[in-house]
Amino acid sequence: MQYHTPGSFDDAVELAANAEGITRFLAGGTDVLVQLRADIVTPDILIDVKKIAGVRDITREDGGWRIGVAVSGAEMSEHPLLQKEWPGVVEAMDLIGSTQVQGRATLVGNLCNGSPAADSVPAMIAAGAWVSVIGPDGTRKVPVEDIPTGPGQTSLAKGELINAVHLPERGANGGDAYLRFIPRTEMDIAVVGCAVNLRLDGDKISEARVVLGAVAPTVLLVEDAAAAIIGSTLDEAALEILAAAASAACNPIDDKRGTIKFRTHVAGVLAKRAAKIAYERAGASV
Amino acid sequence: MSMIHVTTNVNGDDVEFLCDPRETLLDVLRDKLALTGTKEGCGTGDCGACSVTVDDRLVCSCLMLGAEAEGKSVTTVEGIADGENLHPLQEKFIEYAALQCGICTPGILVATKALLEKNPDPTETQVRYWLAGNLCRCTGYDKIIRAVMDTAADMRKAS
Repeated sequence: MQYHTPGSFDDAVELAANAEGITRFLAGGTDVLVQLRADIVTPDILIDVKKIAGVRDITREDGGWRIGVAVSGAEMSEHPLLQKEWPGVVEAMDLIGSTQVQGRATLVGNLCNGSPAADSVPAMIAAGAWVSVIGPDGTRKVPVEDIPTGPGQTSLAKGELINAVHLPERGANGGDAYLRFIPRTEMDIAVVGCAVNLRLDGDKISEARVVLGAVAPTVLLVEDAAAAIIGSTLDEAALEILAAAASAACNPIDDKRGTIKFRTHVAGVLAKRAAKIAYERAGASV
Repeated sequence: MSMIHVTTNVNGDDVEFLCDPRETLLDVLRDKLALTGTKEGCGTGDCGACSVTVDDRLVCSCLMLGAEAEGKSVTTVEGIADGENLHPLQEKFIEYAALQCGICTPGILVATKALLEKNPDPTETQVRYWLAGNLCRCTGYDKIIRAVMDTAADMRKAS
């Protein structure tokens, strides 16, 4: 295995584009090193991006945020303004692993690992986040929902890598939230995850995005669920339609951590609960 | 396989080593630097026995390559005591008998020291969540938590 520490994204792209064999990028390493140790994936070429300037920075950008590829979960949780504006994204990232894992794990790693149960991914999609993808043909903006294509699979081509996550401007009267179900209180993988991001006009919801994790081969942006609550005050009737729409979108696996019936039901329950939290947060931000 | 030359700082001392790119920081600490206080439990970031701090950030040394330590400052359990004088956490762990077999203890000491530096007055719940990634299979958590809470109280009084 060759280990490289390029000083720029252009150099990283060149290394990856010309690489022969299995190539992996290393940021936090909390998935890459586990796969390496367990002999699941042994890269021929490992490209550590942490020597590139700016990769550990959280910066203001067009009223929103740019979160560098190597920013850890702990660094996000310690950022008061990011936490205030996008509490759902920060709480989703914070749920991943232990304190030790938080010291290294990154949003981009969670996304590119391609797990349908990735906690931060529903929250990023609900927030309307996009990533900048650098490759041999230049840089392109891609919505987060267009990156995962299946379990462990992404739409990134050879030589391409993500250099940052971009969160839009929070704007007035908005709130987001992420909830997951696990059978214990800490250190587990989501059986179902749900993120809701919405905006209020008075007490009515004017915009919403509802996203489910761990109930299909990829994280799902559920437009019917958003439509169920847009225009409502999140009354009981709207919540019931929301839950039904969330459950209807599910296409989960059946395994020891949750049956199809259980995951489908819990998706509706979590959608209601996450929507209530997001609604409260949006109201509190007035 | 070409070896990588790494210059880093461990427990206040500048050190250099050569490592295979696949070797983890844990491998390097134990096998190249003879710092065997850091333990290997699972090797996959679940158990916390290999906890160290890197630039004051708590991490699992099994989930970091030795090569990534270049230019960093690493603290292991060997760096917690001041010479022959044990750290207050170490004193309390002895007083409370907050260990049985002891293999999780170095990781728990490093993790709790990092917690108390960040938050000198944690609640019991905060201590339990902070240590969620440090597994003790002798089921000795109760004494560990009490030792940490008592250390925190003593250190607040002393400061």
